[in-house]
Amino acid sequence: MKIQIKNGRLIDPKNQIDAQHDVFIADKRIAAIGTAPDGFAADQVIDASGLTVIPGLVDAAARLREPGYEYKATLESEMAAAVAGGISSLACPPDTDPPLDEPGLVEMLKYRARALSLCRVFPVGALTRGLEGCELTEMAELSDAGCKAFSQADAPLTDTRVLMRAMQYAATFGYSVWLRPQDSFLAKDGVAHDGEVATRLGLPAIPVAAETIALSTMLHLARETRAKLHVCRISSAASVEMVRAAKREGLAVTCDVSMNHVHLSEVDIGFFNANCRLSPPLRSQRDRAALRAGLLDGTIDAMCSNHSPVDDDAKQLPFAEAEVGATGVELLLPLTLKWAAEENVPLLEALRHVTVNPAQLLGQKVGHLSVGAHADVCIFDPDATWIVKSAALKSQGKNSPFLGYEMRGRVRYTLVEGHVAYDDHFPQ
Amino acid sequence: MKNPQLNKNGELQHLLSTEGLPASIIRDILDRATAFVTSAEGGEIKKVPLLHGKAVFNIFFENSTRTRTTFEIAAKRLSADVVNLNIGSSSTSKGETLLDTVDNLCAMHADMFVVRHSQSGAAHLIAQHVPSRVHVINAGDGRHAHPTQALLDMFTIRHYKKEFHNLRVAIVGDVLHSRVARSQIHALTTLGVPEVRVVGPQTLLPTLVEKLGVQVYHDMHEGLRDVDVIMMLRLQNERMQGALLPSAQEYFKYYGLTQEKLAQAKSDAIVMHPGPMNRGVEIDSSVADGSNSVILPQVTFGIAVRMAVMSMLGGAE
Repeated sequence: MKIQIKNGRLIDPKNQIDAQHDVFIADKRIAAIGTAPDGFAADQVIDASGLTVIPGLVDAAARLREPGYEYKATLESEMAAAVAGGISSLACPPDTDPPLDEPGLVEMLKYRARALSLCRVFPVGALTRGLEGCELTEMAELSDAGCKAFSQADAPLTDTRVLMRAMQYAATFGYSVWLRPQDSFLAKDGVAHDGEVATRLGLPAIPVAAETIALSTMLHLARETRAKLHVCRISSAASVEMVRAAKREGLAVTCDVSMNHVHLSEVDIGFFNANCRLSPPLRSQRDRAALRAGLLDGTIDAMCSNHSPVDDDAKQLPFAEAEVGATGVELLLPLTLKWAAEENVPLLEALRHVTVNPAQLLGQKVGHLSVGAHADVCIFDPDATWIVKSAALKSQGKNSPFLGYEMRGRVRYTLVEGHVAYDDHFPQ
Repeated sequence: MKNPQLNKNGELQHLLSTEGLPASIIRDILDRATAFVTSAEGGEIKKVPLLHGKAVFNIFFENSTRTRTTFEIAAKRLSADVVNLNIGSSSTSKGETLLDTVDNLCAMHADMFVVRHSQSGAAHLIAQHVPSRVHVINAGDGRHAHPTQALLDMFTIRHYKKEFHNLRVAIVGDVLHSRVARSQIHALTTLGVPEVRVVGPQTLLPTLVEKLGVQVYHDMHEGLRDVDVIMMLRLQNERMQGALLPSAQEYFKYYGLTQEKLAQAKSDAIVMHPGPMNRGVEIDSSVADGSNSVILPQVTFGIAVRMAVMSMLGGAE
């Protein structure tokens, strides 16, 4: 299958290209950019006039809810949603039921995902058995089965000796450890940022120190063990500053943020909007500004959707009882564009955080359109607007803090490994 | 974002919180309650037909005998049909969701819900969910709000002090866990009280509480100096766990209201408490039963204020 994408504006952050170029695809790979290779005869021509052509997005955190939570979402529904959002690769956290702590589970997940032939799925394996924070998983076996990193997802790891050993063991094999910093004692029972809004609404609070104390522990252990540390979903200005200092020091540390925290703050909870019940909690406007600055100066490597579909019943509850999470894969691109527009960041720079950077975190050769690379491509209409509502979302989770928002940027095609996995092209 | 307690004409649709309630509506409620109190003969408020034929459901997801009883008396004096449900011991323990319970009660033609729930925001959730003919009164949601308590407190203050604009008010105790304190603060600031203080140890004061328009004191002697009104808060026994406080004895020594600390306030200061009191923990018996105490009148006024709120919401449309 040979595909020519013509007349589009090509933006490829890794190769620093932002220009009108045709893209030629053959044998599942990028065959050429600009001029057709000799003897290229396209089987399909995609007219991308007025559209933007970028590498397929790489989402560093998207929960597909399988195995175990099929009533919330299925691989099929969420992968279909992902490609509709322009995502061609995603990393899924290990907090499934059972957790991804055995090679067989990982193989099954990869097999089921491959059979659906939608997007690439990179499982992140459990760091400890059952995510219980006591015993190590068989990381090398899990890696052979396809795990690209090891994580506790949102499960606590309170025993610092176990944490240190897990990092040492991962460092032995060069695996990166993905950790979300949250001290489980300080965060206990908390549901909102310890600030003005939680005080006003009488919501049990989680102080910033819950994040910074855990982050400090992780950074100390990373220095000690020389493990590759990826800090997941930071939410506060203080954490941004700590990661910035760690990078300056030369530690092997990377970091991501959820798109929700780039755009929202505690104020968005309004009158107990359960769609803003997120983990980590939405913090203050100063924190949000610092997260944006962190993305700009490269302290924060990637922006992820932190896609966590939840069934409606689990959100129709008082705020503190509502389940944590928001659907997200279909909003990652428009929210990246929105951030770029608001901060005047060139797309060439902004898109780095959802393409090549997260791909590097996963150690995968995706997220760019170099000649010879996998033909994973997202083609979107930068001017098309749409309203976020239940019916407009393919994800089984309809819970989003952005319901009712107008988004700019609509995916028209998503190509994965040279085949069209999503096509929303309406002939004029 | 629309104020969830007001209808499109700006009238009271639900009573969920004193926050965001226009001062004019608060004054209307207090005036209406005054009429109920003064119409009383021999201290007894006569039965009036304002809610005749209306069904008021007291749905209490958290146990409370006192608040439920005062709502029940208020509704009966307005001639409403009153149904009491202690949900803690019925449906939700069988797995029914909060909103399913509410739907079922709506189908039984409830006109008004009086709701108490252990989670902040529960009354808002119910108010968003019910059809517009149904009114919701928040009788306490988690740590968030207890508006009728705050309104009866405002009634009591107005009864003894006449005006709000020249007062200095201290709220003392466990503000962190108190829905009463939050509702009092919003009501006092809305009615124009120029100085509202909160007094307590750091473990019992919420972060950035000063953003609610109050001054923070940790020393109770300083906090009570020259105040006109002292509003004591109840200290739950479970606060001795979780490292919030070392002991009831030490708490009483530093934050219990004694005659000696009361002497810091103005001589005609009134002492209030939402009940039930822990004598010897947050308040000394000699103060609770002393000449500055207005704790029992608060209870009496509470019925009139709840009648005022219910008749305003459910009266002739």
